[in-house]
Amino acid sequence: MIQVVLPKNLQILAGVGRVVELEVGGTATQRSVLDALEASHPSLLGTVRDQVSKKRRPMVRFFACEEDISEESPDAPLPEEVASGKEPLLIIGAIAGG
Amino acid sequence: MSSVRVLVGTRKGAFILTADAARKRWEVEGPHFAGWEIYHVKGAPADPDRLYASQSSGWFGQVLQRSNDGGKTWETGGNQFLYEGTPGPHTWYDGSPHPWEFKRVWHLEPSPKDPDMLYAGAEDAALFTSTDAGQTWSELPALRTHQTASGWAPGAGGLCLHTILLDPNDGGRIVIAISSAGVFKSDDSGQSWRPANRGLRSNTIPDQDAEVGHCVHHVAMHPSRPDVLFMQKHWDVMRSDDGGESWREISGNLPTDFGFVIDVNANDPETIYVVPITSDSHHFVPDGKLRVYRSRTGGDEWEPLTEGLPQKDCYVNVLRDAMAVDSLDPCGVYFGTSGGQVYASPDGGDSWTPIVRDLPPVLSVEVQTLS
Repeated sequence: MIQVVLPKNLQILAGVGRVVELEVGGTATQRSVLDALEASHPSLLGTVRDQVSKKRRPMVRFFACEEDISEESPDAPLPEEVASGKEPLLIIGAIAGG
Repeated sequence: MSSVRVLVGTRKGAFILTADAARKRWEVEGPHFAGWEIYHVKGAPADPDRLYASQSSGWFGQVLQRSNDGGKTWETGGNQFLYEGTPGPHTWYDGSPHPWEFKRVWHLEPSPKDPDMLYAGAEDAALFTSTDAGQTWSELPALRTHQTASGWAPGAGGLCLHTILLDPNDGGRIVIAISSAGVFKSDDSGQSWRPANRGLRSNTIPDQDAEVGHCVHHVAMHPSRPDVLFMQKHWDVMRSDDGGESWREISGNLPTDFGFVIDVNANDPETIYVVPITSDSHHFVPDGKLRVYRSRTGGDEWEPLTEGLPQKDCYVNVLRDAMAVDSLDPCGVYFGTSGGQVYASPDGGDSWTPIVRDLPPVLSVEVQTLS
């Protein structure tokens, strides 16, 4: 199971805790994890990425294994530690506004 | 026994305030959607238990919430607000062309007759409609593609469509207002639009009485007289007696005619309320005094209402959608401030008490009169 850590506002919106566990078929990528996240929690549609273009929202970042992977291709494989469930994929609201 | 339900949108969540018809003892419930900006919450006139809320965040975008039980529980609706076609540019603050971008919904207006039908006013300015209780949305694109639209420029709050007035006697007539484009009117359910700004003068645009470009802050209408419209413009309080075809100034003896809110007493369509704000560079009430001004003559002659409101060291603002009236007799008047207070007057403005004092900054106030 892949673990995704959500920011507080999205936890409230989806009615879930800090960590969501997802079954992802095939290679785990940003796209496949977000597809699974949105399928299991449709209230999150449009809040992490645009519903049409699938582009990450500008003030959302993705961290994994102490790296910012936001700018990587959405189809690039996630680190093995994330794919195996050892480490989470963190969805972060960028620090802004003081 | 009648009761009232006040729906409050704030910078950090929604609150629901309830009282019986005496409007003396209040229950405060919330926050709903804690941490999110709630620009507007409104009930459907045709089903008071059906509420809609516009929830948004600079980080996570727009969410639409719907309740079928008066706000006890909520479910998300659709949040795909797509401009039809490829949107052209509008004018940016510096005069350059700027692409049209959806940012949020400022105002939700349910149909008076069908609880599943509603309109949404968006930033950047556009009007959307839903006929399935907010599950899916489609734009009424004739407004955004109006021949003047490339010249529309945002006000300080953005290029927002903030006012939607539906004529209860004529299902096809809609009046909307955009900062800072002005008022537009449709007689065919939004299929075509024309500017309705004749008589407005604004010293913030080169041609002061131009067809569009006026920073209209809010427009109010009494449902029994849909042809009489009252406007708080950036500067100037205005009135139209012909459904927006022409406007005249009614600022009269107001201490300042800058402000955001304006509303009409439910029992007397010639009694109106504003909250004067010092100026566009001083977004707080004048002289440290929070005063609602009431006109019983449809404008021009105004009296300050101060009983129960702070009259020293008060420097709050009252935003454009943050005043509402109930339909009890005497009429209740409600408004919320940037300091998080929500004030209620159960006697048409004669006296005021804070329902709650320490909410996050208030963005909107609506009220439902329940039987």
